[in-house]
Amino acid sequence: MTEKTSTGFSVTEIRKQFPVLEREVNGRPLVYMDNGATTHKPKAMTDAITAYYETINSNVHRGVHHLSQLATDAFELTREKLRAHLNAEHSYEVIFTKGTTDSINTIASSFADFVNEGDEIIISTLEHHSNIVPWQMMCARKKATLKVIPMDDRGVLDLEAYASLLSPKTKLVAFNHISNALGIINPVKEMTKMAHEVGAAVLVDGAQSMPHLKVDVRDLDVDFYAISAHKMYGPTGIGALYGKEEWLNKLPPYQGGGEMIATVTFEETTYADLPHKFEAGTPHIEGVIAWAASIDWMNEIGLENITTYEAELLAYGTEALSSVEGLQLYGTGPEKSALFSFNIEGLHPYDVGTLLDQLGIAVRTGHHCTQPLMNRLDVPGTIRASLAVYNTKDEIDQLVAALNRVIPMLR
Amino acid sequence: MSESIAVISEEIVDEFDMFEDWMDKYDYIISLGKELPLIDEEYKVDDNLIKGCQSRVWLHAEFKDGTVQFTADSDAIITKGIIALMIRALSGQKPEDIINADLTFVDQIGLKEHLSPTRANGLVSMIKQMKFYALAFQSKTA
Repeated sequence: MTEKTSTGFSVTEIRKQFPVLEREVNGRPLVYMDNGATTHKPKAMTDAITAYYETINSNVHRGVHHLSQLATDAFELTREKLRAHLNAEHSYEVIFTKGTTDSINTIASSFADFVNEGDEIIISTLEHHSNIVPWQMMCARKKATLKVIPMDDRGVLDLEAYASLLSPKTKLVAFNHISNALGIINPVKEMTKMAHEVGAAVLVDGAQSMPHLKVDVRDLDVDFYAISAHKMYGPTGIGALYGKEEWLNKLPPYQGGGEMIATVTFEETTYADLPHKFEAGTPHIEGVIAWAASIDWMNEIGLENITTYEAELLAYGTEALSSVEGLQLYGTGPEKSALFSFNIEGLHPYDVGTLLDQLGIAVRTGHHCTQPLMNRLDVPGTIRASLAVYNTKDEIDQLVAALNRVIPMLR
Repeated sequence: MSESIAVISEEIVDEFDMFEDWMDKYDYIISLGKELPLIDEEYKVDDNLIKGCQSRVWLHAEFKDGTVQFTADSDAIITKGIIALMIRALSGQKPEDIINADLTFVDQIGLKEHLSPTRANGLVSMIKQMKFYALAFQSKTA
């Protein structure tokens, strides 16, 4: 299989860097289309994990010895790479967390100090449970109200309704950059500007955008941006929270212990400066250091190239899937990533997903941790094929052929 | 008198042995699902939903003439086919036989390994719930 893209890079060469893509599932070549859940990892990243343990394994920020210094340097290098990747102003505005969910929970917990009874938090219909539940918990604690931006049948948020929800009572607006369930890309810059006009802070869940788009937090002007490494070809269990310096300095720490202190007495504790104030305990050192290899790997291909190629896959897949009898596609707004969320008329998504798996095709089925969105669409769940830069048009053809085989079986 | 659970289990294993390809096995499971007598609508309520199934599964049990009668339904056809197998093995059996059944056919036909973890968990929950009903009926008659 050789596929060359209009951007000039070779998908065949890219695929060679992912040994897992060569494996078979149920006797058939793996077609992996569950990248919204997690992407596979390039060898550069897994080699970086091995190199860390074989050459510099040590705790960071504490040791006076040589290895600790090397590990600390590598650890902080990733922070700097992320700063550049996100175009943040300062590297200390990048806080390492366990992932997107942890990043959102950090803000939901710390920001509660700035929310009073009667205040409002706004989220959107498109949110993952990770960007719903922490705000519900915070609102319950602070007696604040949670409001929800509605969407149209294409999955596009209703910005007029959003404008009417905003008021001086709005303290924070939280929404995703790209919907994990539908692939819709939200107008982050415009929505952020609208929130700032009423004095509200903005948190963006960037879990799904980081592998697909160039994200510039300064251009978007967001206050907080939450990301996960494992959705951008990096290791699991590690993520980051970007926060504007001004906010991060104002917010109290989320957890206590370890390196997040300046001084501790039994009477009082003073906190360390950014970013350590928010990084209690020994971090996921291996994950942070190896994440840099994934960032380098993505930058080597070029984010613009990734975006362009995936747009080709989106156009090709949308056309190809439209030929499947009874297929209904969800998330048909004009701005979207290479993700196909669909159902087959009269069939349960789990049945379709199970049989696709038998044919070696890995898709996600179910509510995708977006139950309120599924309720809005009035479906129990969908079949989701979410693509990455290593996917090909040939694989989309295989998905279509597999659907055409399993649908008659289930009817 | 109905066949024992062990005999029915053997029959199921023999039937699945006829198929070489797992797609054919799924075809068979789907056909079983299509044939499964449905649960009465009055029993298709949240209280009868089995926890742990990603698709919805309703299970109803009645105690008649010393045996447990199961009926069920699911919104997913493969799940329904799997329930059909369970009902075939366990419905109409005495509570103590259901409680003691080891249901090795589930492993023998490779059902568990071919189900995704969420489905396998659902299968485990289904068996657990059927045994739980049997236990409840047994303790009532004790």
